[in-house]
Amino acid sequence: MNKSGIGLVALLLVTGLAVRANEKPIIGLITKTDSNPFFVKMKQGAEQAANKDGATLMSAAGKFDGDNATQVTAIENMETAGAKTILITPSDTKAIVPAIEKARKSGVMVIALDTPTDPRNATDALFATNNFTAGELIGEYAKKAMGDKPVKIATLDLAPGITVGVLRHNGFLQGFGIKEGDPHIVCSQDTRGDQAKGQTAMENCLQKDPDINLVYTINEPAAFGAYQALKAAGKEKNVMVVSIDGGCPGVKAVQEGEIAATSQQYPLKMAAMGVNAGVQFAKDGKKASGYVDTGVNLITDKPESGVPSKSTKFGLAECWGG
Amino acid sequence: MATTVMNPEDGERTASRSIIHRLLEHLPPPASIGPAVALAVTCAFFATQSPRFLDGRNFSLILQQVLEVGVIGIGQTLVILTSGIDLACGLVMAFGSIVMTKFAVNLGLNSYLAIACGLLVCAGFGYLNGALVTFVKLPPFIVTLGTLNIAYALTQIYSKSQTVSGLTNTLLYFGNTFRIGRTDVTYGTVLMLVLYLMTWLVLRDTAVGRHIYAIGNNPEATRLMGIPTQGLLRRVYTLAGLFYGIAGLLLVARTGVGDPQAGQTDNLDSITAVVLGGTSLFGGRGSLLGTLVGALIVGVIRNGLTLMGVSSVYQILITGILVILAVMTDQLSRRNKG
Repeated sequence: MNKSGIGLVALLLVTGLAVRANEKPIIGLITKTDSNPFFVKMKQGAEQAANKDGATLMSAAGKFDGDNATQVTAIENMETAGAKTILITPSDTKAIVPAIEKARKSGVMVIALDTPTDPRNATDALFATNNFTAGELIGEYAKKAMGDKPVKIATLDLAPGITVGVLRHNGFLQGFGIKEGDPHIVCSQDTRGDQAKGQTAMENCLQKDPDINLVYTINEPAAFGAYQALKAAGKEKNVMVVSIDGGCPGVKAVQEGEIAATSQQYPLKMAAMGVNAGVQFAKDGKKASGYVDTGVNLITDKPESGVPSKSTKFGLAECWGG
Repeated sequence: MATTVMNPEDGERTASRSIIHRLLEHLPPPASIGPAVALAVTCAFFATQSPRFLDGRNFSLILQQVLEVGVIGIGQTLVILTSGIDLACGLVMAFGSIVMTKFAVNLGLNSYLAIACGLLVCAGFGYLNGALVTFVKLPPFIVTLGTLNIAYALTQIYSKSQTVSGLTNTLLYFGNTFRIGRTDVTYGTVLMLVLYLMTWLVLRDTAVGRHIYAIGNNPEATRLMGIPTQGLLRRVYTLAGLFYGIAGLLLVARTGVGDPQAGQTDNLDSITAVVLGGTSLFGGRGSLLGTLVGALIVGVIRNGLTLMGVSSVYQILITGILVILAVMTDQLSRRNKG
């Protein structure tokens, strides 16, 4: 090879290296579904963070809550496409583990958002709301707010065995200071987080015991259904409804007095942290690890002493879901 | 009391018939009494378990709670009678309810017009199903599996997955109540019962109704008899779509919102009601009123177990067992007949 040839090769090498260095890191985001406003906000947050940090975002979602197969396929496709970090809200916390382990073996960093895998250390890291704490906050609030009044509690839950539902429910009980099976809990029914099913559950609970005066709800759609049932029975002024999520419709409901208090969580923050971690990993190979609590705030306009909370003004500024 | 002569054409001996016999002839056949008996037994059981069960208000509540599956069940029964099946029903309903609420609230359209648009859209989906089944000759299971997904996606896209609230009074009309004695009954409940009665009468007493059963029993023979089966099938699916739209309106009136996440379990729930009501999934036989009974059985179990303080998961267990029993009964009576 003559001198110009070596020069050309050297030039190509340097250019090639420069291009590699400027290549945007590819980060994948896989949510449970595309339709839950929580995940819509999460995706928005990830896109914003990716634009800011100079990363490329790939996204995918399951077709329904519990759709493991689509998430597995998405992991495989994203890995093939060159994603070095995958952020995932696992639909089936156990079944997704083999696919995650396979990706991690190939050097991909996998971070769970919002929901931990089972076992938790199947992912490199977890950025999530502490759902137990979220339940505890409204439990403590309800205990203080009810004061010395004799209390009859109804719990409107999610569905058997789903981690999020169990954690929030148990957190509420802990915060309120009672155990499962306490006689103050007069009714517990599942709602699948659906508004119409929440309404039916509340109607049937009220029929069982018309003196229910405190209602724990797994999320805000269930709370809306409960409120509708209470209103139809003329009881909406005397019954306290507490909930979790902090979506914009939910915070508005707190402002209007339909829900007494709600624990707000931050999907945008989860996504942004995940993207940051991915960019960091691409830069210096340092993986994120451990569990980072993305925080939860109690939102209410009627604060109780000893239970830290924020007003609905704060809640509306930070809420998700239009 | 009438005495009649023998009619040689029929070869039947019609002796003097008592009023009782004439009355019995108008009742549903014994095979469809089963579900009604099951409902009565279930109610009797819960009456013994909780003093709050046998209560006018409680029954009014149960009727309101089965409105969604009940009205969807009318459409589902019609489709199943023709040996078809409709998996898209609940999601079509959700799309219709989003259309009618968004048109009224966001576009400011006249409420009646908005409701009409919602119903039209649902009937349109029904026609699409029927067209794919008859023109392209695809199996209903596959067709409605596809339209299920299309309806769901369109709902999420159009609504941006947001619930629609701040509804007009017209949209909420069927949630209003009137008094019977000490019980409040919603207009929606009345509408559901009226729709069931009307559709039942059409199925039982008109030629069209008999043709629907005939298609389910033997489509080829029906066609050879000169009955335009393909056009009739399309009309059945379109009408079913219309019923899903009505269910959407009733749901909107009951919950007070347009919910894009509604209806996702309605396909299996309505099929459960149809099966529990004694209608055969193979088509050609069954009673529409049975579907209402089937829906009520599920609603009563859910209500009764809640009154007893039993966990939700047992409602699902018992429903599953009942479905198996109902299908077994249908199979056994098929064997006995033929």
